[in-house]
Formats: sequence, structure tokens, C-alpha cells
Amino acid sequence: MVERTQTDGAFELVDVSVSYGNEMAVGGVTMSIPEHAVTALIGPSGCGKSTLLRCLNRMNDELGDVTVDGTILLDGQDIYARTMDPVELRIRVGQVFQKPNPFPMSIYDNVAYGPRTHGLRGKAELDAVVEESLKRAALWNEVKDALKKHAFELSGGQQQRLCIARALATEPEVLLMDEPASALDPISTQQIEDTIAELKESVTIVIVTHNMQQAARISDRTAFMLRESMDRPATLIEIGETRMMFTNPGDKRTEAYITGRFG
Amino acid sequence: MRTSRSAARIRSARIAETVAKSILGTATMIALGIAVFLIGYLAYRGMGYVSWEFLTQAPRKAMTEGGIYPVIVGTVWLTAWTAFFALPFGIMAGIYLAEYSPRNRANRIIRIAIANMAGVPSIVYGLFGVALFVLQMGLGRSIIAGSLTLACMTLPVIITVTEEALRQIPRDLRQASLALGATKLRTIRKVVLPAAAPGIVTGSILALSRAAGETAPILFTAVAFFAPIADSPFDETMALPYHMYIMATSATKPAPQMVWGTAFVLVAGVSLINVVVASWRARQRRKIRW
Ligand SMILES: Nc1ncnc2c1ncn2[C@@H]1O[C@H](COP(=O)(O)OP(=O)(O)OP(=O)(O)O)[C@@H](O)[C@H]1O
Ligand SMILES: [Mg+2]
Repeated sequence: MVERTQTDGAFELVDVSVSYGNEMAVGGVTMSIPEHAVTALIGPSGCGKSTLLRCLNRMNDELGDVTVDGTILLDGQDIYARTMDPVELRIRVGQVFQKPNPFPMSIYDNVAYGPRTHGLRGKAELDAVVEESLKRAALWNEVKDALKKHAFELSGGQQQRLCIARALATEPEVLLMDEPASALDPISTQQIEDTIAELKESVTIVIVTHNMQQAARISDRTAFMLRESMDRPATLIEIGETRMMFTNPGDKRTEAYITGRFG
Repeated sequence: MRTSRSAARIRSARIAETVAKSILGTATMIALGIAVFLIGYLAYRGMGYVSWEFLTQAPRKAMTEGGIYPVIVGTVWLTAWTAFFALPFGIMAGIYLAEYSPRNRANRIIRIAIANMAGVPSIVYGLFGVALFVLQMGLGRSIIAGSLTLACMTLPVIITVTEEALRQIPRDLRQASLALGATKLRTIRKVVLPAAAPGIVTGSILALSRAAGETAPILFTAVAFFAPIADSPFDETMALPYHMYIMATSATKPAPQMVWGTAFVLVAGVSLINVVVASWRARQRRKIRW
């Protein structure tokens, strides 16, 4: 196994704004995301949760006409600095998408994709990474005898855990998850949540969710975003300890959202 | 009142549904019927003449006797060289258009121009081939000149099917690869192209089998009335579609069995390849579904 370095995966965002073309979608977000904890991003549809999340691994770069202003530091390092290679960043910051998106190849090859991409070749090393990653994603017991099976033969929930294993195989410090359980049944959702609880020992997790109970169950900190009118960008309303946010929010709008009065 | 009206509406909707279904089904049956009749008639007229001798011997006595072996070999060579010229270029251009070209006006015009090239009549490609390959480049009437002409004709189709096949691949997959720190090139090579391969292969084979059956592009660029099996790609050749054409129009009244036998061999060969590719693709598709 690759030795885990002692960088931790803590983000510091200072006055971050994101524009699609001329239109600013998210404005002036300042927040910190502590290492080895689960931070939940909540807010109504269209308030820029996915947009903000994609800043953290620079996947916005792939969308074309997107500008990110402000500063984002990962363990003190500016990830939008000219010296920062997005490829390197994405090894450190993995992502799991809303819809399970395994590659059309075997379970083994899916998990081995990242390590192979970054030059790992030896069969024994790859075997070890695949096993370790599948174990961390709580999928190993179900697939250990069928690693050569095509990934599409797995159930939706298993596919999503495969995608988590695939993201873990590059040993990221941070895992970004954009509504990872919204396409899944309750049992699969439960399994994903259990996995997240285990993972936060070793990985920083930032998760977008529409499910308030889920945010309350699994996250340590919660950030609430809101776009109050279409001619202004979305902003961060507040961020704090999840327990505080759900029992005693500092802002009326947070309270209204959490208790279901809008969104 | 209200319920009876809506019941009537449901009934008429159901009738419309049945009518539409039978019209659409009839259209399909007619298309299928034409294909079955065509192949059946060819088999009926031609299959009886297809013997081992017919497939392995050269024509004799001004094509009234003997077989079509050198003609088959000629078509195989023409098609193989066409594939050699058209596939790499077509697939690379398709990848560029689908994956790299920005979505702007210039590229839209390029795309329309390519689609238009596919609609140019094949005789025009034939004339173009004479001017450029046979005369200007001095290749003479040869397998090479004919294949280059056929390649020009096939290229736009291959570009288009490649581009379409690549666009079918969900964006999710590309993003998953990029998010793992793969470069765009690696993402295309390891994820997008393999997933699109069945579509690219099927479309390309179809385009090539059309090329194998074309007469006009090779008429002035590659074929001779009678030629032995070519020693080199710079020689003239015989070819199945042209062979049929000259036999059907020549004054010497060649035996009709030669014409129908040749037609059957051409269609059977092309169909066989298409069936093999289609079933391979069906097997791939069962494995790959989104
Ligand atoms: N690729 C894009 N191009 C242009 N505008 C975009 C793009 N993606 C998002 N937007 C805009 O940015 C705003 C924020 O969208 P985003 O997807 O980040 O919201 P979200 O909070 O993730 O919503 P949801 O909960 O529905 O997923 C929206 O107004 C959206 O229209
Ligand atoms: Mg979103």
C-alpha cells in the first residue's frame, strides 16, 4: 500500500465566486472545511451546491466558460495557482457522482483505473489496492469472488459503492459526493451512509444532499446556501456544527429551510 | 355526461393507437418484404451457378464460361485498400469533431460540409478520382487509384458514424475518468473509444460494404474488362460490380448465369460480413448498456 502522507485534506475558501459566462451563480463564499470530518452542503435546488463542490476538484474547468474567483486553499496550497496541475489535484480530491457511473469494464478494472492511470503496474500491488479500496467501500464481501464480472451486472447500490471504491483507489485526502444516494433505495442509502461514517476516519468528506435527515445523521458540519433572487448569485447563509444548525440555527432562513417552509 | 365523453375519448384514442400501429407495422413489413424478395430472387437466379469451379477459376471464352476468382480477389483488394485509407483518417477526424472541436460556427459549417460530401453522387467521385489520382498524381488505372477514390467517397460516412457513436457515450463516464485525474486523451483512449467501438465498427463496415458494391467510382480509375490477378496495387484489376455491369451490357451476350452468379456472390459476401458484425455488436450491447 502507498504510505498515507500526513497532509490532511482541509479546505479554506475565501470569497469564492463562480460565474457561468457572464452570469454569477455563486458569490462571495468564505468557509473552512475541516479535515477528517463530514461537511454537508444543503440548500434548495439551483443554489449552487454542485457548482461550489466542483470548484474543489476543478471539475468546473471541464465545463467550458466557467470562471472561479477568490481563493481556495487545500492544506494551505492554492488549488487555482498556475503551478497546480488539475490532474494532481484530482488524485488528492476524488469525486462520487449523483448517478452511479461505473466504466463499462470489469469490477476489478474499474477500481484499478485510477492507480493504473497514475502508473501503478505490478499485479500484486494492483490486487492489493483493489482489495483495500473495495473493503473501505464496504463492497468487498459481495464481490470478492466475482472481480472479473462486468460492473453493469451489479445493482445500483453496489455500483455506487464501486464508484466510491474507484475514487478511493487513488488514496485521495478528500472525497466529494454530490447527492450520492439520491438514486438509491433506502437499504443501499443506509449502506452508503455507513461507509461514509467509516471513511471519515481517514478522508475529508464534502457531501451535497437534499435529505435533511441524512445531513443530520452523517455530517459533522453543515453549510446552508441560498439564492434569494434570480438576479443575484447564491450565497452561503451560514455554516456551523450540524447539531447546532439543526437545533438552533443562527439564521431565520436556515430555520425555515430545515423545517421545510421552502425549498 | 362527463364520464361518457371521456370514455368515448379513450375509445377513439385507442382506435387511433391501433391504426397507427398497423400503418407503421405495414411500412416495416413492406421494407422487409423488398429486402427478402431481392435476396430471394438473387438466390433463385444465381445460387445454382455458384460452384466450387465458379469461385476458384478465371473466366473463359469471353466470360461465357469459367468462374470469377480474379474478380472476387480484385474486389477484396479494392475494399481492403479503401479501408486502409479511409478508416484511420475517418476515425481520427470523427474523434476530433466529437471530442475536441469547439462548438462554434466554423465547426458547424465543417460538419455540414462533411454531411454534404456523403450526398455527392458516386460518379462525381469517379470523375474526381480520374482527375486527381489517375492523371494528376500519375497513378494510372490501378487498385490504388480506385481505392483512393472509394476512400474519398466513404470518408464522410466514417467520420459521421464515428462522431455519432462518440456522442452517444454519456458525459458521466468522461467526468468519472477526469475526476480520477486522467487526462482527456487517456479518457478518450481508455473509456470513450472502447465504449463507442461497436458503433464505429458497425458503421464503418456498412460504409465499406457499400464501397465494395460501387461501380461508378472505379469505372475510370481501377477496372479493366479483363485483367489477371494484380501483382501489385499499381495494376489494373477486375471487380464484382463492374464485372456484372460489363456482362450485362456487352454485345457478346455473355451467359446470364455468369451475371446472376456474380450478383449473388457479391450480395452474399457483403451480407455475410454485415450479419457477423451485427451479431457481434448485439453481443457487445448486451454487455454495455446505459
Ligand atoms: N454547466 C452549467 N452551465 C451554465 N449554468 C449552470 C451550469 N451548471 C449550473 N448552472 C447554473 O448555476 C446555478 C447553480 O446550479 P447548481 O447545479 O450548482 O445547483 P445545485 O444547488 O447543485 O442544484 P440541485 O440541488 O438541483 O442539484 C443554477 O442557476 C444553474 O442554472
Ligand atoms: Mg446539484
